[in-house]
Amino acid sequence: MATHLRRLVTVVTEANLERSLVDDLEQLGARGWTITDARGRGARGRRTSGWEQDGNIRIEVVCDPELADKLVQHLRARYYDHYAMIVFLHDVEVLRPDKF
Amino acid sequence: MSGIDPVVLFFLLGVLAGALRSDLRLPGAIYEFVSIVLLLSIGLKGGIELARQPAEGLAVDIVAVVAMGFVLPLLAYPVLRWVGRLPRPDAASIAAHYGSVSVGTFAVAVAYCARLGIDYEKYAPLFVVLLEVPAILVGIVIAKGLSRDTHWGRLSHELFLGKSIVLLLGGLAIGWIAGPEGIVPLDALFFDLFKGILAIFLLEMGLIAARHLSDVLRHGVFLVAFGLVAPLAFAGIGSALGHALGLSTGGVLLLATLAGSASYIAAPAAMRTAVPEANPALSLTASLAITFPFNILVGIPLYHRLALWWTQGP
Repeated sequence: MATHLRRLVTVVTEANLERSLVDDLEQLGARGWTITDARGRGARGRRTSGWEQDGNIRIEVVCDPELADKLVQHLRARYYDHYAMIVFLHDVEVLRPDKF
Repeated sequence: MSGIDPVVLFFLLGVLAGALRSDLRLPGAIYEFVSIVLLLSIGLKGGIELARQPAEGLAVDIVAVVAMGFVLPLLAYPVLRWVGRLPRPDAASIAAHYGSVSVGTFAVAVAYCARLGIDYEKYAPLFVVLLEVPAILVGIVIAKGLSRDTHWGRLSHELFLGKSIVLLLGGLAIGWIAGPEGIVPLDALFFDLFKGILAIFLLEMGLIAARHLSDVLRHGVFLVAFGLVAPLAFAGIGSALGHALGLSTGGVLLLATLAGSASYIAAPAAMRTAVPEANPALSLTASLAITFPFNILVGIPLYHRLALWWTQGP
């Protein structure tokens, strides 16, 4: 089965930022993403998602390497200083290249 | 005064369970649901009473209360900035939290009035709506100036169409349109269960407060002192305004409670997006772990005395 290489960008950050991040993704031209609620612990303490000020989200975007790069640069410039955020990248294989 | 209100005991249970690291945890969706029911109940109650007996001279009250919403953060900011020596964004953010209001505290005050049979102006829920936004706007302008970086469009959408404003105004409108008889089928959920729902809400608030308690001392004595003195000073201003507007004892009590309360929903969310440099742990700790418990345990009975003093003389 022929597969095609793409990049998976995963962002874990404050739930507060969801609206603003979705706007960014649209502007940068991402064609789809998945957002899930998350909780955990990091440099900014425990994030338990027990109530609205205390939740995390995980955003996953599968896209081509150029967009992945652009996205990572943008996130670093705009959010890293003041928000709880981590971003990591994977190589992934997809079946339908036209979709990503 | 007849003992402690049992709903307040639920708050203490939550604090205790949280402090002892019990595995008790309310799912986020339950917290969300419970606060939606509380907001709608408060709105509906006000709407029904307005339908029964229209309020006169409301315009003056509205203007005065909104003006207070703009003034309170301007009073808090210099104290935070120069007495507390906090950086400008932090001082502005905390000022916004304390100028804005807490619906949870208001709900406890409403339950307090109901328990002691204290009458109040039925349009009081409107004060919550009026006081929520102005202080947040002032806080953002103090922190950032009228900067172009601030997305005012998105921000005002977030502020004016926030959950609490939509549900309170929506509840007021529905109650007013339906009138007392029309709402009867809904009484069981929104009025008969009000105190039970409030108890669960306070249990969760206790758990949240407990989580922030360990942070309290780390932020120093100033923040603790501010969290206790600001509500007293602001409740004093609120009660004076209530008296000047000619409100009843219950009305003065509720306006004092609102002025003395600090936001922990609308203000944190707005400040997080508009003033990201401000440390959210500072303002949330002060508002949730110090001022909220203080108000529901000590503040409200105290503001009742204050209201009695204004309306009946010393």
